[in-house]
Amino acid sequence: MMRNFNGNVLFLDRSDINTDEIIPAKYLAEISKQALKPHLLEDLKLPGFDPQHAVDGKNIIITRANFGCGSSREHAPWALEVNGFHLVIAENFARIFRQNMFNCGMMAVELPAQTIDRIFKEFDGKETHLETDFEKNVFILTAEGHQAKIPFFISDFDRDLVKVGGWVEYADARY
Amino acid sequence: MGRTIAEKIFEAHRVDTPAQGVVVIRLDAVFCHEITTLLAINDLVNRGKDRVFDPDKIKVVIDHVSPAKDSKTAMQGKILREWARRNHISDFFDIGKNGICHVLFPEKGFVRPGYTVIMADSHTCTHGAFGAFAAGVGTTDLEVGILKGVCAFRYPSTIKINVTGSLPEGVYAKDVILSIIGRIGVNGATNKVLEFTGPVVDAMSMESRMTLSNMAVEAGGTSGICWPDMTTVEYLWEFIKNEFTDKQDALKNYRRFCSDSDAQYEQVIEHDVSNLEPLVTFGYKPDQVMPVREMKSIKVDQVYLGSCTNGRIEDLRVAARVLEGKKISDSVRGIVSPATPKIFRQALAEGLLNTFLDAGFCVTNPTCGACLGMSNGVLAEGEVCASTTNRNFNGRMGKGGMVHLVSPATAAATAIKGYIANSELYKG
Repeated sequence: MMRNFNGNVLFLDRSDINTDEIIPAKYLAEISKQALKPHLLEDLKLPGFDPQHAVDGKNIIITRANFGCGSSREHAPWALEVNGFHLVIAENFARIFRQNMFNCGMMAVELPAQTIDRIFKEFDGKETHLETDFEKNVFILTAEGHQAKIPFFISDFDRDLVKVGGWVEYADARY
Repeated sequence: MGRTIAEKIFEAHRVDTPAQGVVVIRLDAVFCHEITTLLAINDLVNRGKDRVFDPDKIKVVIDHVSPAKDSKTAMQGKILREWARRNHISDFFDIGKNGICHVLFPEKGFVRPGYTVIMADSHTCTHGAFGAFAAGVGTTDLEVGILKGVCAFRYPSTIKINVTGSLPEGVYAKDVILSIIGRIGVNGATNKVLEFTGPVVDAMSMESRMTLSNMAVEAGGTSGICWPDMTTVEYLWEFIKNEFTDKQDALKNYRRFCSDSDAQYEQVIEHDVSNLEPLVTFGYKPDQVMPVREMKSIKVDQVYLGSCTNGRIEDLRVAARVLEGKKISDSVRGIVSPATPKIFRQALAEGLLNTFLDAGFCVTNPTCGACLGMSNGVLAEGEVCASTTNRNFNGRMGKGGMVHLVSPATAAATAIKGYIANSELYKG
């Protein structure tokens, strides 16, 4: 079952946003994903960013480099998942975070730095909607009548993980 | 063409190549702790697949919050305990026998050169100190590891860090790794294996090599690998003596994993440490490092000695040397947490615990505790801690707290002075 990769964009204009900022360690004692829901990005400090309200009505993150660095905690993708975020777009990701996203059937898509720059310039600060054309590998961003089509690449392996719903499904059928 | 140690290990364990550049490898060891294993267990139960690929290759410990601090963490322990029991996992380390995973499991001889190891914990890269490919993964990778004994990785490309020169007195492996992270940045080794070589690494004990490899992930590294040598063989000898005729035989067997002289690297960095000083982090990222000398005005509320980075016997010995006959500042709370029962016992037998207690430290049981702000030394808003741990992220040791990463020597000296300071062991 493929997930939904369309929605409104939350822009996080900083590199190296770490797992402790995505979901603080004190919530790791939780044993349900739902319990993480109110705490997404709770400790993230960004000018003008209010974690209480910033994520409302948003379900795609566009950010800079090395998103998800730090801990291996899959609680970070889960905290995104239970808040309806199934797609993060960044210049690059910490390895474990990126793998965790695809392992859950979600997407962590890397775009070149200049493309990320361009997206921030054209769309940050505006109500931005993103549609994913999974077959043609294109993101379509729209804001205030302005539109941009951004091609993306994911490997065949990552694509397969997204299609089957994650690594457990994939590995169970194959190994 | 020559191969790196990571490439040799991958090729010896390759099960599948699901796409170009992606390799599924067979696992020699799957490590589990109570924080990240539970949702894997629950998911396996829900899928009707509550089984393990090989109970002897799965090692389990309760370490992050121990003893349990509340009902939730008690439930985490209970779920892990019952799972290990019903799946006949005999290497399960519960309270009294438990210690920090990345210190305890090497101490038990569970990691060998050439092994592949995963754990749902980012500091799993520590075990690369033994010439193994060891990597932190998420819970889903762990779940598949538990069930199938395999894991998918990008084919490894390696950055070699050749650590040269000679380490000045009073400067330690922690300072070396902080200097490397400061140099290449927190994103400098993302998706890459770090290989630590050179005379300085060759001269290091296994404890120091583990400190080095432990923080590979703070530069984004998948694993931090040291080549196996006689130091590795000596450390493991009690566990491997029946497998080899003598230590030379073991060494010969293990050395085959070492990178070939014509191996291809992504990058080779010559890192001369002859003029290295004790370092300290100053921001919320582990690559924000500066010499301790330049930072003397920072007052601290707490000093924390422990963790998978610096909770080993060697670390406690250095700190105790600094503290011998001294008292810590009245304004500082000192906490020392020996990383395993064996280390605790050793520290007791060597009189180190007396030194800590006489100086005014609190000695805790082995646990990850304060490092990630879960128990045993969480900071209040606005407080500052000099810590021998590995992460200074905002809020890591408690919301609104500030963590400065340092070596055990610097931590001990800081406890005495009340502000971040060099120890007298450093003569520079």
